[in-house]
Amino acid sequence: MAVNSSPRPVRTKSLGIGRVLVVVYGILALAATGRSVFQIMDRFAEAPLAFSLSAISAVVYIVATIALVAPGANWYAVARLTIWFELVGVLVVGTISLAAPGLLGLNSTNPFGRESTVWSAYGLGYLLIPLVLPVLGLLYLRTRRPAAGATDDAA
Amino acid sequence: MIELFTWVQVAVAVVAGLFCLVLGLLGRQPNDYSLGATLLVEVLLVVQLVVALIAPFAGNPPSGSLPEFYIYLISALLLPPLAGFWALLERNRWATVVLGVICLAVAVMVYRMYQIWVFQVA
Repeated sequence: MAVNSSPRPVRTKSLGIGRVLVVVYGILALAATGRSVFQIMDRFAEAPLAFSLSAISAVVYIVATIALVAPGANWYAVARLTIWFELVGVLVVGTISLAAPGLLGLNSTNPFGRESTVWSAYGLGYLLIPLVLPVLGLLYLRTRRPAAGATDDAA
Repeated sequence: MIELFTWVQVAVAVVAGLFCLVLGLLGRQPNDYSLGATLLVEVLLVVQLVVALIAPFAGNPPSGSLPEFYIYLISALLLPPLAGFWALLERNRWATVVLGVICLAVAVMVYRMYQIWVFQVA
């Protein structure tokens, strides 16, 4: 009758090099949050659309950071979703910011300017890390795919 | 903001960051050298904070936004202690790499602070 309670190997998504990835995500989340909070408080009216996108990207980076650390299939799905969102975001917003900055209400394409966001010019103002990181993140997630049918560890 | 000190600070953070990255990739656990380098980066940030607090009253006001400057400075001040705690809790090579990544991030942030103080038009 006794249920086999031998400890399963702990599945966590942040092992080894993944920890470094999490730290870089954390820094980017901090950078995007700090900048967007300041821009919104200080000069929201200058470029409301760009600054709103900036705030959304900040929130997504925070969620992605948490999802990369938290265990379980659900968080894995959240991590995948948020990282894809970032990749699409940096490509779409990056392209618009260079090709048609006016669409975002931006007056310049300067990635270091006062209206620039984490995704402007594909994240050039952040050493292109916003462009590279989602790709690394998705590759990393592929290596840590939860077993098929796995549910949350709380079960 | 003192320009020469700021450049020294950026240089120290870059060297400390590369040093920790190399040690980490060589497989070293966090040790006195990597933690010491990170501590040095933190001490310089505290000095920068003191300089920033005094400078506006000593005829050296920022050309850019002081609140934005402090967002960077306070964020930067938090990073090395967090990485340091991590390094003490989890003693493996990746903790050393994390120390390096944090030091490089601080270097970038100090450079941004310099831009805000010297070039940015408020």
